[in-house]
Parts: sequence; C-alpha cells; structure tokens
Amino acid sequence: MSRGLVTRLGVIAVAAGIVIVLGFRLSDYHLGLGARIAIYFIAILGLNILTGYTGQISIGHGAFMAIGGYTTALMSYYHHTDLLLTLPLALAVCFVCGLAVGIPALRLSGVYLALATFALAVSIPQLPLKWSKWTGGSNGIRTFTSPGNNWLYRVCWICAGIAFVAAWLLLRGRTGRAFRSIRDSELAAASSGVSLPIYKTLAFGVSAAFAGVAGSLFVLVTNGYAQPNEFGVLLSLQLLIGAAVAGLGSLYGTIVGALFIGLLPQISTSVPLIGSGHGQDVVFGLIVILVMILLPNGVAGLLGAIDSRFKSAIKSDPTTS
Amino acid sequence: MPESDDRVPPAVPLLSLQAASLRFGGIVALDEVSFDVQPHTIFGLIGPNGAGKTTAFNVITRLYRVDSGDVLFDGRSLLHTPPSGVVRHGIARTFQNVELFPTMTVLENTLVGAHTVSRFKREGAMRAKAAEVLDYVGIASVAKRPAAGLPFGTLKRIELARALVSEPRLVLLDEPAGGLNHEEVEALATFIQRLRDDLKITVLLVEHHMNLVMRISDHVHVLNFGRTIASGPPADVQRDPQVIEAYLGGELEAAS
Repeated sequence: MSRGLVTRLGVIAVAAGIVIVLGFRLSDYHLGLGARIAIYFIAILGLNILTGYTGQISIGHGAFMAIGGYTTALMSYYHHTDLLLTLPLALAVCFVCGLAVGIPALRLSGVYLALATFALAVSIPQLPLKWSKWTGGSNGIRTFTSPGNNWLYRVCWICAGIAFVAAWLLLRGRTGRAFRSIRDSELAAASSGVSLPIYKTLAFGVSAAFAGVAGSLFVLVTNGYAQPNEFGVLLSLQLLIGAAVAGLGSLYGTIVGALFIGLLPQISTSVPLIGSGHGQDVVFGLIVILVMILLPNGVAGLLGAIDSRFKSAIKSDPTTS
Repeated sequence: MPESDDRVPPAVPLLSLQAASLRFGGIVALDEVSFDVQPHTIFGLIGPNGAGKTTAFNVITRLYRVDSGDVLFDGRSLLHTPPSGVVRHGIARTFQNVELFPTMTVLENTLVGAHTVSRFKREGAMRAKAAEVLDYVGIASVAKRPAAGLPFGTLKRIELARALVSEPRLVLLDEPAGGLNHEEVEALATFIQRLRDDLKITVLLVEHHMNLVMRISDHVHVLNFGRTIASGPPADVQRDPQVIEAYLGGELEAAS
C-alpha cells in the first residue's frame, strides 16, 4: 500500500470514529442536526460526481432530492412501505430520472446547462401542487411512521458511509478518469475513445441517484413531511455552494462542504446584525462570498496548496523537460 | 532513408480518402480530396496554411462530417462511426495545439488513452502498461506530475503516449514538430521512424517542418486551398512546379 493510501484510510478511520462517538454524546436536537449534515454529505457527493468530476454544472439537484423525498413519503403513506426499503426505491427512481434529464442535457453545456437545471429546481418541487389530491399540495404529505433522531443519525451516517465508498469505487479507476477527462477536454476525451453521451448521461444518473437517497432521508428528518417548500431553489443553491466549498472534484472535501451548509445557518442565526428576520441570510451570503474569494478551489484546493508548498520546501523542484 | 516498395501495392490501403469534400459556408475546406495510405508507411500531408490538412484529420477522426465522398479504414467506411469510436478501430491522433487533461497527472492522461483497451482489465496492469509507454516516449520521470505547467515538448510527448497506449494501427500526428527546437526535431524524426519500423504503426503526418517531412516520409501528399496539387514520393513532389509555386519556392529549396 502506498503512503498516500495509508494516510487517507487513517483520515477516514478518524472521521468515522468521531461520527460514532458523537452518536452517543450528542443531545437529541444535535443528533437531528448531525443527520442533516450526513444528508448534505450524500447530496454534495452526488453533485460533485456530476459537477466536480464531469464538469457538468447543475443548479437543479434540489429537484432530484424532491423526487427522492416524495418517493419515500408516497410509498410510506399509501403502502406503509418500510422506510429503509424506500431508500433503494428512491435511488432507482432518481437514477432513471437523472438519465432522462441527462440525455437532453447532452445538447447543453456551461451556463445554458446551468440555466436548464435551474429550471428543474424551480419547476419540479411545484409539481406536487398539480396533483394535490394525492400529494397533499402545499401542506405536504407525511410518512406513515416518523423515526426518532437517534435512529436518523445512525441511518443517515451509514448511508453516507456507503455513498462515500460507492463514489470512491466508481471514481478511482477507468470510469472516474473518463468523467474527469470530459471535464478537462471534451475533444481529447472523445478522441481517446470516451463516449461523451454515455459518460455524461451516466454521471447525471448516478448523481441524481445520490441526491434521491439524500432527498428520502431529508423527508425523514423533517418529521416525515414531504413539502414543496422544503425542496426550493435555495436547497439546490446550498448544495452547489457546499460542493464549491468542498472543492470541485474532491471526495474528501465533501465533509467540509456538508458541515458548511449544515452548520452555517445555525451560526449565522446567532449573529445579531441588522435585527431584521433576514439578518441571518445576509450573514450567510457574506460568508459564502468571503469563502469564494479566499478559497476559490475550496478546502481541497487549500489543502493541496499547503501540501505542494510543504513538498517544495523539503526538496528542490527538479525541472524536467 | 528507408525505401518504400511502391512496385507491389497491397490490395487494401489502410486508410483511404475517396473524393472527400467539405464546405464551411462559402469556403471549400476540402474539394474532392482522395489519397491512399499504405500500411507500415509514413505518409506526409503538407500544404500552406489553410490548405485543409487539419480539416482532413478532423474528417478522418469524425469531428467533421464530409458533405460528399467517403473515408475508408481497412476497407470499411468510417462515416457511421461516432468520434469516440474511431480510436476503437485503431486510429489515434495528436493535436496541433495540444489537447490534454491539464488537472490530471501525466500517467492519468496516458491511462485515458487506454480507455478503449482497458475494459475489464486490472487497474494495476493498465498502470504498468501506461508507465511502459511513458518510458518509451521518454517522460517516465514526470509520470506523477499534473500535465498543467509542464514544458511544451513534454506535453507533446504526453499526447504521443496517450495515442500509443491505445494500440493504434494508424496514428495521425498534427504538427508534432511545432514549437520544438532543433535537437528535439531530430529526436522526433528518429522516433516516428521507430513507430513505423519497430511498432509497425502507420503514420499520417501533418507538418510544416519541410525538412522533416521530406526526409522521413515514404509518400507526400500536397494540398492547397482544399485541393490536391501533388502526390508522390518526396523527391518527385519537391520538383513539382505547382508545389514550388504554392510555397513560393523558399522552403522546399531549403529542404532539398
């Protein structure tokens, strides 16, 4: 095993240890918050596969979370399906939806793709209002049972762990390289035999599947309620901010991105700035702007910069031709 | 200089452009261009700027669609192959202005080139193979460095490695000598000849470096304004009055 791999496994072991210990120490309220962070972690991981690794911007992942969330809520409400069983169902439904979105998205790139996915983020969460007889309209629909925070914390973090391993396995070899080659140069990727339609669509499907599971769990942490407002545009934007903070194309930064969007609203609420109800939004926005200016490549970029500076300090850099 | 054996041409040329035409609006980029590339030869494609050389490359690699005519590889038409399927047939290419994956390491760049030959193969075996190719092109020492920020000559070699690792039968080299110094051009000439002689790879070479093309090519094809103006062994092409006129005399005399 290489030294890099040992270090990474060590970091993962420590992180897993912290998560487990916190599971026994946190108050009920904080367990709920911890579960939310795990959910953001899964969703950002998914978004990172699409945007960070494959270079396809999506401002619409809240839409996939909504689809996953409503899958869980409807199955539980109408069929009393076991909540855990609804997770793989949401995964499958969102994978198919992701493929369905990915195929037309092949014709779009850059800012046009961003706008198209933004349209998804705006429109999909409104669909339940159309069939409000079945979906409860703007009041939402509630799962048959709603588990406690202790259960949620465990399930969410186990799912997060599975998601992390799945993402790592997917991205470490041939498929991950194909994704990254598309991000770096579509022309060279296609010329190297990487099928752009297949890999871009696959990235959309996988990414949406992750978001779908996150959406299911998201419904469970909001007392089992699936409501259109919960999956608004702000959620999609938060995920993109989280991915940017994590560092696009970094699996390990994802946890920082998840902590950032999970905890920052809590922190900014406690800052008395303008005294109005929207003071916290201003603080949140300001911190996001500051992070973007100070860490343009996210936390992963910062760690990389520190690492390379450290290495160049201990050995002079040989210039090879 | 190796002698090409033109007396007994093989039944099927490896690559064949048949009256390929392509227009961009009112501009005729390729006007019924036909040529045959025989296996295990170096085929030089030259012409002044804007003659249609890179366009011909892009037609062969399916980045452009011909308006009429056909492109045959090993006797089969390529016109229904998607751009990503071309390399699967055994055609790899490099780019005039270097198209790499800047954030990926040199080794990873090479591994992407092995995409079509690495399905269901062990990752370790593919890495070993890629490392071998990097060694062959002489840049094994930078395997773990990101491609961004490396010298231009190195970037060109990464492209070569990425093309070679796909086990091609034909490589298309788009101005491989561009931006190289005198010694590097000499090394490149030897390298391209080794591709033909040792690896049995057919080379289609677009190049402005006249001396290089005339010295190593078995056959030279000259385009001007999208039309063929000469085609034949280097010595004949150099004497062709139309070719001399297209180049205003200067470069070709210097090369001969």
